[in-house]
Amino acid sequence: MSEAFKMDEAQPRLLDETGQGLIGEPLDRPEGRLKVTGQARYSAEYAPERMVHGVLVRATITRGRVTGFDDSAAQALPGYLGLFHGPRFIRNPAQGMADEAPCQPGESIDYHGQPVALVVAESFETARDAAARIVVHYDEAPGAPVAPDTGEIEENEKRKSVQGDLEAAMAGAAAVVDAEYTTAGHAAAAMEPHAAIAEWRDGRLLMHGSLQMIRFNKNELADALGVSPEAVRILAPYVGGGFGSKLGISSEHVSAALAARALERPVRVVMSRQTVFDAVLRRTETWQRLRLGADKDGRLTAIGHEDRVSNLEGEGFAEPVSAATRFLYSAPNRLIRQHISRNHRTPSGSVRAPGEAVGMFALETAMDELAEKLGLDPVELRLRNIPERHPVTGQAYTARALAESLREGAKRFGWDQRPETGSRREGEWLIGMGMAGAGRSNMLVPSAARVTLSRDGALVETDMTDIGTGSYAILGQIAGEMLGLPIDKVAVHLADSDLPGASGSGGSFGASSSGSSVFLAARKIREILAQRLGCKPEELKVSGGEVSGGGTRAKLADLLPEPISAEAKIEKGKTAESHFSAGFGAHFVEVAVSEVSGEIRVRRMLGVFGIGRVLNEKTARSQAVGGMVWGVGSALHEELGHDPRTGHIVTRDLANYHIPAHADIPRDMEVVFLPERDDQANPIQSKGIGELGISGSGAAVINAVHNATGLRLRHFPATPDKVLAGWADGR
Amino acid sequence: MKITLDVNGVEKTLDLDARVTLLDALRDHMGLTGTKKGCDHGQCGACTVLVDGRRINACLSLAVMHDGDQVTTVEGLGTPEEMNTLQREFVSCDGYQCGYCTPGQIMSATGMMAEAAEGAPSHVSESLTAPADLDDAEIAERMSGNLCRCSAYPFIREAISRAHAAQTREGRE
Ligand code: FES
Ligand code: FES
Repeated sequence: MSEAFKMDEAQPRLLDETGQGLIGEPLDRPEGRLKVTGQARYSAEYAPERMVHGVLVRATITRGRVTGFDDSAAQALPGYLGLFHGPRFIRNPAQGMADEAPCQPGESIDYHGQPVALVVAESFETARDAAARIVVHYDEAPGAPVAPDTGEIEENEKRKSVQGDLEAAMAGAAAVVDAEYTTAGHAAAAMEPHAAIAEWRDGRLLMHGSLQMIRFNKNELADALGVSPEAVRILAPYVGGGFGSKLGISSEHVSAALAARALERPVRVVMSRQTVFDAVLRRTETWQRLRLGADKDGRLTAIGHEDRVSNLEGEGFAEPVSAATRFLYSAPNRLIRQHISRNHRTPSGSVRAPGEAVGMFALETAMDELAEKLGLDPVELRLRNIPERHPVTGQAYTARALAESLREGAKRFGWDQRPETGSRREGEWLIGMGMAGAGRSNMLVPSAARVTLSRDGALVETDMTDIGTGSYAILGQIAGEMLGLPIDKVAVHLADSDLPGASGSGGSFGASSSGSSVFLAARKIREILAQRLGCKPEELKVSGGEVSGGGTRAKLADLLPEPISAEAKIEKGKTAESHFSAGFGAHFVEVAVSEVSGEIRVRRMLGVFGIGRVLNEKTARSQAVGGMVWGVGSALHEELGHDPRTGHIVTRDLANYHIPAHADIPRDMEVVFLPERDDQANPIQSKGIGELGISGSGAAVINAVHNATGLRLRHFPATPDKVLAGWADGR
Repeated sequence: MKITLDVNGVEKTLDLDARVTLLDALRDHMGLTGTKKGCDHGQCGACTVLVDGRRINACLSLAVMHDGDQVTTVEGLGTPEEMNTLQREFVSCDGYQCGYCTPGQIMSATGMMAEAAEGAPSHVSESLTAPADLDDAEIAERMSGNLCRCSAYPFIREAISRAHAAQTREGRE
């Protein structure tokens, strides 16, 4: 394959010149017809001949060792095929982009619910019954710490950042906020449970796996199984949601592959919903202390953000709680610190917008409180504190629409109608408005794609996934726009690990990273077309089956005696050092709070965002609204509860872990994308959107609750009992 | 156990383990994987199908309880080449993202519109007897058994409300 293109300098805005009217347009998803008619096949929905069914057996102790299995009761069942376990089994899913097997714990057990074996039977019903009949013998190590304040607590030195003197600045500030906050643990809870179908064909593994990052997953799985990456092929054309929970391989993949090899039959393993909760990485709970100090004009002099998260010993991930605090607002005196509690809950990992999703609750509700203390409008306070350069790294910002979003949002939302705190009432309902800033860093991750142009149209090929994010739509639009083709002449093949390796879907970088590789491959094809026509690439115009430039023109078909195929790869370069790229925006929310029950109802929401070039207005809007709804969920409903004795998750299904339902979300969810190009981000000038919507939206809900009621809620989710308790405490 | 089902107008005879749910019978024994399994516990609505015209959670029902019943799944509403009105509106409103809850949303909406047309009230209906006007609050309430983690809710309801309007128009003509 050719050299990777390095993003060393801003590129010409070619997509503004091509003039096909495809890029950015709100086109329907090309795979939509398959989804609404039940024809899109997800990982569990293949039926290879002789397929058998596996059910995971999981630990019922928190810490210790497995000393043996007794499957005699299972053996009595007709159709029982066996129990599989051993040193290749994994403890928990790989962290995002691990690129190698996660912990293979052998006999050791580190959390309640850890998969320890797989039962396989001819039918799912028999496998489920058999799994319940397996007796696991343990050597238990009791007393495992399972609460975040009981285990070993270590400082995460990598996160530590100190500038100036926070204490002194706080002491000398005209107004300060110094408060503690907590957020509950969260589950990604994608609607499609984790699933795998493994089948070995001539020594090569074919894996239908519900996964987000195929390029990494292939290596993770190969490493876990002890085979070469070439011996693994993963397919994931449709993934029923990920939100971080399918970034890395997990137990169903490894166990299905091992059993399939031993049995010489295809094996399907689908996690039950309860297993998904217990054995897939959760978002950590957090404790946070946020300090702000400002002078009388509302200029921040101090920002301190300390947090404590939890994870299992040996897991390298720690939720970057203070991520947005680093770059959103200026203040000369800053302190950022993180501690990690090593406990034996289900290990934690990435769930949509790791960091911002929880850290911005503290930052943005504290900003609201500070504004109140200063007698300043919260929009104005934020406008006064937009930094010149990245406050920690000193980098220049790329396109940054924070101020415009704040102003435009205030105007569109009718912010000037915001009532005095606790002053507006409709019967039992207290009405209020709140807002928050939004920020989520934007990355470019190595990504490759191949584009082939023939007389029939174009074909885009990459192992990029579409987990509901719109990859099928936008990659087709980029290729069509570049090659002068209508959208129905572009086919997009995704999520096959035999295709060029993409960034995968994660961290909001998928669309821009994989989109850039498609763009670059198409740009190479344009160069070849220009050469064949005899013009300079900059002069080339392709449209309606015609190619022109430099005073000549030709039929596209005539320049394509045989198809042109080009592959391109992109990776970050010098712009990632000189510049800091992030999506920015502002959230505005109106809520009603029942004085009787403490219930909080969201009435309307507006998000205004600058995300660089919008690639498909329709799918981008859906992503943004999805994130905003997640903000509502984490502000008001979502909470992982743990058994205090074992750490076991007790809210381990969709009746007990409350994700927002239809009735929780208003129809009036407005999204505005400000026109923007991010020249340093990548050659298509776009930025991520999947996580910006959740960044700050929950805080805006909580700030609206304050405006409605006068209550300052600091422990999330803000369920009705907390509202009532707040009132009982006398406001 | 041997049972016969009418699935999307086609008669099917199956010999099933009594423990097989209607959902698994559809997905694993008839190859109709359009109906989804999100929780297997009646908590998400992804498995919604119509049985004799009423919406149910197929995961909460054993297949052998349905001998002789008429079952409609998403595959029975339309095809990629010929979608029905509701399916078309889901596509044009972007009433989905990953698409996994979508067949359940569509089947539930189909059943829900029929219930409303028959005059069934909901928790938010003004009156228990007067026919409900399917405004957004009514649709939201009646669809709240169908979770969508991608959170396409506003767009799902827009699609349903457009399809409902088209149906009402056709009904009048
Ligand atoms: S799968 Fe039946 S309700 Fe969730
Ligand atoms: S579209 Fe993904 S869960 Fe609804």
